[in-house]
Amino acid sequence: MTYARRAWIVLWKDLLVERRSKETLNALVFFSLLLLFVFQFTLGPDRERLTAVLPGLLWLGFVLAGLVGLGRTFLLERENDCWEGLLLAPGDKSAIYVGKLAANLVLMGLVEALVLALFTVFFNVDLGPALGGLVPVLALGTLGLAAAGTLFAAMTAHVRARELLFPVLLLPAQVPVLLGTVKATEALLAGAPLGTVGHWLQLLAAADAVYLVVGVLTFEFLLEG
Amino acid sequence: MPADPLIRVTALGKAFGARLVLGDVSLAVHPGEAVALLGPNGAGKTTLLKILATLTRPTRGAAAVAGHDCARDAERVRRVIALVAHGTWVYDDLTAVENLRFWATLAGLTPSADALAGALAQVELDRVASVPARTFSTGMKRRLGLARLVLAPPRVLLLDEPFAGLDERARKWFEEHLEAVKARGGALLMATHSLGRELAIAGRIAILAGGRIALDAPHGAVGTEEIRRLYALHTEEAS
Repeated sequence: MTYARRAWIVLWKDLLVERRSKETLNALVFFSLLLLFVFQFTLGPDRERLTAVLPGLLWLGFVLAGLVGLGRTFLLERENDCWEGLLLAPGDKSAIYVGKLAANLVLMGLVEALVLALFTVFFNVDLGPALGGLVPVLALGTLGLAAAGTLFAAMTAHVRARELLFPVLLLPAQVPVLLGTVKATEALLAGAPLGTVGHWLQLLAAADAVYLVVGVLTFEFLLEG
Repeated sequence: MPADPLIRVTALGKAFGARLVLGDVSLAVHPGEAVALLGPNGAGKTTLLKILATLTRPTRGAAAVAGHDCARDAERVRRVIALVAHGTWVYDDLTAVENLRFWATLAGLTPSADALAGALAQVELDRVASVPARTFSTGMKRRLGLARLVLAPPRVLLLDEPFAGLDERARKWFEEHLEAVKARGGALLMATHSLGRELAIAGRIAILAGGRIALDAPHGAVGTEEIRRLYALHTEEAS
């Protein structure tokens, strides 16, 4: 119970700070809009080419937005030495990881919902028929991205070349997630039922489980530096 | 026979790369005792506090708090200490009461609204309890940091320049609070390079210079002028 309360208070704090400062959310929204403009200009009106690359573009947008947002996860803790307070708080430190991860999931969920809506407008595609199937793919993909991203953000929080090191560490670790999400999204957008992408969902679930277990087990060591 | 010390440091050494900060430091602080740790900048006062607070590990020797080794049993040490250092641990976008609730809950407490209000009242921040800390002065943020001590009184207090940034009323309150910790059988270790207010609370003076405790004497045995002379003498020797 104490563990859940400690995770909850970290989630509450991060979301409250974000609601008031809007630093990460504003950055993510503008970044996502810029990406969509770039994609639009690059692809032009060619519908055939768009259909072929849409799943990749969608996840490229999510991952790039994730890199911007997740990389900032622990910047807040450097304010007034709050990191020191987190470290000295008695109890299982993985509760802090779980709270941070949950806050990242909420933020990424909001941005992804916005990006999906903008994709339909920018590229004139109808995601409606595939939306039911896309939800579990999005949920598992986002969990994998956020679980690994939160962990690597903690690892690189005090590194001088943080902005460089964070994507260098995160992107290779995301290969199974990107593979599963892009392939599953491609099939679902082509009209395949959810049952046909079960193996990709299994891959995503397995990757998520690995990232979560590693995150929970190693977070305390990362926090201690 | 005095009780077992709450803080025991034995032949402690700490090096950062090739730079030796602490050479051979031994010190004990007993229940109900306050020790002022004096020394010039770079003497290793903060490093010693950080080792005791489990924020960094010693290169050699041992440090223990309430019988728990700071390196091997950090979790138990963290349950009995509080650190008042340069960082206030204040989130600028949270209000005073939200900050206090966050740290109390993270420490495993379930403070009532009255308890939170009471803690803020003690540090005279009750009128700004619902104001974001972004608008607070440095002294107000320090007072907010001290309110945590009211909610969860520690057995061992590690203090680094504890009165810095506090106004006269806050200093007086904090002095009384520290005396209360001593009266309850707690132990205080205060790092400072000031020879002012901290000395009044301390029952013992320890001068850290040249990576070792150059002088460890009861405060009553040496007057403030004598402390000044010894401080100058030992720090000159060390340099």
